[in-house]
Amino acid sequence: MTTLENRPSTATPTRSAARRRTPVTWLRGGGLGNLVFLLPLLLVFGLFSWWPIIRAAVMSVQTTNLVTAPVFVGWANFSHVLHDPLLGTAIVNTIWFAVLALIFGYPLPLIMAVLMSEVRKAKGLYSALAYLPVVVPPVVSVLLWKFFYDGSATGVFNTILGWVGIPPQPWLQNAGTAMPSLVLEATWAAAGGTVIIYLAALLSVPPELYDAAEVDGASVWGKIWHVTLPQLRGILFVTLILQIIGTAQVFLEPYLFTGGGPNHATLTVLLLIYQYAFQNSTGGDYGSATALSIMLAVVLGILSVLYFRLTKRWSV
Amino acid sequence: MTLTSPTLPETQDPAALVATETPVALGGRRPRRRSKPEEQQDRGIVSVADWRRARIRRPLRVLHGLLLAGLVVLGLGPMLWLAKSAVTPTQDTLRTPLALFPHGIDWANLATAWSTVHIDLYFGNTVIIAAGSWFVQLLVATTGGYALSVLRPKYAWVVEALVLSTLFVPAIVLLVPLYLTVLNPPLLHTSLINTFWAVWLPAGANAFNILLVKRFFDSLPREVFEAARTDGAGTFRLFWSIVLPMSKPILGVVSVFAIIASWKDFLWPLLVLPNPALQPLSVRLPSIQSTTELDVFLAALAISTLIPVVLFLVFQRVFLRSAGLGGAVKG
Repeated sequence: MTTLENRPSTATPTRSAARRRTPVTWLRGGGLGNLVFLLPLLLVFGLFSWWPIIRAAVMSVQTTNLVTAPVFVGWANFSHVLHDPLLGTAIVNTIWFAVLALIFGYPLPLIMAVLMSEVRKAKGLYSALAYLPVVVPPVVSVLLWKFFYDGSATGVFNTILGWVGIPPQPWLQNAGTAMPSLVLEATWAAAGGTVIIYLAALLSVPPELYDAAEVDGASVWGKIWHVTLPQLRGILFVTLILQIIGTAQVFLEPYLFTGGGPNHATLTVLLLIYQYAFQNSTGGDYGSATALSIMLAVVLGILSVLYFRLTKRWSV
Repeated sequence: MTLTSPTLPETQDPAALVATETPVALGGRRPRRRSKPEEQQDRGIVSVADWRRARIRRPLRVLHGLLLAGLVVLGLGPMLWLAKSAVTPTQDTLRTPLALFPHGIDWANLATAWSTVHIDLYFGNTVIIAAGSWFVQLLVATTGGYALSVLRPKYAWVVEALVLSTLFVPAIVLLVPLYLTVLNPPLLHTSLINTFWAVWLPAGANAFNILLVKRFFDSLPREVFEAARTDGAGTFRLFWSIVLPMSKPILGVVSVFAIIASWKDFLWPLLVLPNPALQPLSVRLPSIQSTTELDVFLAALAISTLIPVVLFLVFQRVFLRSAGLGGAVKG
């Protein structure tokens, strides 16, 4: 005899059963079993997702330190963050990172994917090679590239540049070249994933469209321009928004490559949040850190909603 | 495959994707297989007639050759360089980084990195952290998905809505409050800092896993459940002997995601595991850099890269299939 047998069907509970609900019927109807199965989810999400989200909202209007009780300070945290001269630098740097990431990393995977989709032999080899950098642990990639970027004439990249007669570059040591260097590594590490997404999307272009274009006398170029690209429009939007959301939260590269330097040239918003909370000489300024997180989250939230709306409309 | 809930686009439905074992659902159209015989009928941008024309075939071949060369240099090159430098003496790597063993091979680097620099310990930590995060994620996702999809208590929609709403909250908002929660968790009254639980438990609060697994459970045939219940299977028996064995594909995908994410994670373990003896490779590697000789350090990097790369080469298909839907995950 199991508790479940009392119920006609779990998927369609009857109305009358709902009306006569008492703790006893709840128990006999398997209510306890349901709760036991939901328990891990409720505990883990409650403690480590829902509660911190509520706490973030509360903390942004409080001064929090770990010694005394939190004090309500209204918008003071927000105004402190907004008056921080470094905020402007961090925002400009983050946007600069995003723009560079788009220039370096947006068209390239598309071109690679379109070319790779026409490969006849050993297609798997192409995708495996393209995806390999994505598999390398990000910390290892950054530390490896940091060595490649050695500014002396015997640095790895400077040696290669020397072969074609280009003088050694300062890479990470110079405020002007530091950010592009970071983006170059980030693009190398991420491009393979985008290529695979595009390859999957290219498979879903109906071949009849190419047949039709050929009947109309379209060249290969014309087919790419008038069939492939319009068909990929949706996924191109999606990867664009995903890339912007991702680059807005960049932390690893500036933290490990340059620590935000030289002269704040690679200080990003996320690095600033980290510094507020965990690298402040006066102790953790958790209030300001949460306030800035929430401001960033609102911007990202708008982008996420846009992303969900786009994917929804486009996949129907 | 059936989509029972219209709340999310099909792009977000990797469960169905796994169920049909195809790499494509991003377009929401009928995916086609890439198996050999069908590939002949299948066509891409360049038609069979185009392929016969030298004016098109030759430049395309050249482009493909260039692409392959570029991929080998950029994709494989750094890995090969790392492998070479892991067994090259420091002075050679510094003076002539691109020369191939000008003064012989130094195999001892690998052993030094493994034992003296304690890569073995950090490697073990990485594995323990990954295994625990994997287990917690699977436990929460399967039990939660089962309750929300199969048991469906009255309040299930509230829980589901609350779980899904966290998808819209970027991880960054949680960083500081989650850190403070782990420092002094409600109910538990003991700090989780410097325990593996601080990494394992928050990993379980992954709304995307719940979504994936619940969608997959939704697509399982209800008749099987009814039959099992008629035969006297209880709630737990149904879960353990019927639902879980039917869900191996989706559990595989969740496992791949969980292990990769754990292996890559840096900031969170850096915050909650200040004790070096507990830290994983990703956190330790940057901090040992200044105190380790370059050749040994590069050997340590090579060892840390080896496992994920080998895993990728072995499970290539699973990785690449997951990556196709990975784009929908990261948001």
